[in-house]
Amino acid sequence: MAAGEELTLSSHIQHHLTNAKMCTVDGSVAFNKACSEAGFWTWHVDTLAWSIGLGLLFLWIFRSAATKATTGVPGKFQCFIEMVVELVATNVKDTYHGKSKLIAPLALTIFVWVFLMNLMDLIPVDFLPAFAGFVGEQALGMDSQDVYMKIVPTTDINLTAALAIGVFILMIGYSIRIKGVLGFIKELTLHPFSSKNVPLQIALIPFNLLLETIALVAKPFSLALRLFGNLYAGEMIFILIGAIGLMQLPLHFVWAVFHILVIVLQAFVFMMLTIVYLSMASSDNH
Amino acid sequence: MNLNATLLGELIAFAVFVLFCMKFVWPPLMGAIEARQKKIADGLAASDRAEKDLALAQDKAKDQLKDAKAQAADIIEQAKKREAKMLDEAVHKANAERENILAIGRAELEAERNRLREELRKQVAALAVAGAEKILQRSIDEAAHSDILEKLVQEL
Repeated sequence: MAAGEELTLSSHIQHHLTNAKMCTVDGSVAFNKACSEAGFWTWHVDTLAWSIGLGLLFLWIFRSAATKATTGVPGKFQCFIEMVVELVATNVKDTYHGKSKLIAPLALTIFVWVFLMNLMDLIPVDFLPAFAGFVGEQALGMDSQDVYMKIVPTTDINLTAALAIGVFILMIGYSIRIKGVLGFIKELTLHPFSSKNVPLQIALIPFNLLLETIALVAKPFSLALRLFGNLYAGEMIFILIGAIGLMQLPLHFVWAVFHILVIVLQAFVFMMLTIVYLSMASSDNH
Repeated sequence: MNLNATLLGELIAFAVFVLFCMKFVWPPLMGAIEARQKKIADGLAASDRAEKDLALAQDKAKDQLKDAKAQAADIIEQAKKREAKMLDEAVHKANAERENILAIGRAELEAERNRLREELRKQVAALAVAGAEKILQRSIDEAAHSDILEKLVQEL
């Protein structure tokens, strides 16, 4: 393989792994490569569009089931929706023992939304980017290599981090609401090392604070990175398989079938961990 | 792997989705599910109750049937007894009637026979008297010889 081809392959992969960016440069809207210097105020328009679109799809599907819900014999569609809701409700009931109107809908939103976003991974990797490139070239007169389209929002760390930060804010909120500010501070400082001897206890506070803070912050980090890592790796393998010519067909099939498991599992794990973390945040006994 | 403003956008989207789900999706769905669960539970309870009621009714019916059968048997028994009694009475009555009629008949027969015998005796006595008259060829004073005639009559 010539050096040029290798370059093409790596740039092909690079192209697949780059988000469509939008930012403002000198007061005017700029896209993609023009945004390399924009820093924080860059928007991944593909991630935003796909994730919000899929979120709206989730809400529309479940809202339509909710408005049509009857207490009589449910239809197949309603049965399916209710099965999902029941699954989430059962898990929440088993794990979260406090009373909260937020946890269950939160868990449902996370589960279905993340699942739908992960599901985008099963669309063959070249379809939508190529289509977007075609549209960009024909309609907007852009170089098709300059049109980026990353259709799996969960392979964008921004999205998984946003979810994890949302959960983290709720964790802190629940901790403070259930245990009070003082209780939360106590939890961070008086465990895991505690002593009845007051000066010793005071001496132990920095260690406790360090350990507990790490333990607390590790939770959103692990949430965000687990989902991102799994989906990013899966996407990467899809891209690599997609780049090897005809042999990709059986390989793609095998990996896609395996990936169905990953997709559901990651959505479920994210939901379960959210419930577990929030249940830990709202339980008094540390 | 660079964090940027997308994160803020997604955070807002996430919050909005969760809030919408909490307000407009979860309560009606859960409400429908719970209402149906209650309905089904009620239905099951009702069917249980109906089953028990049915068993009770069946038991009751069985008892009543048994009672009715016993009653019927009783009535038949009584009827049979009465029939036998009536038959007996009728037979007795008939027998008594027969005895009566027979007795009357026999008495009449006896009376007739006695009468006939008496008459016959009288006739024979008369004949004997007539014969004796003829034999004696003379008239006999009936008054003088009535004791002899009486004796004759008695001997016949």
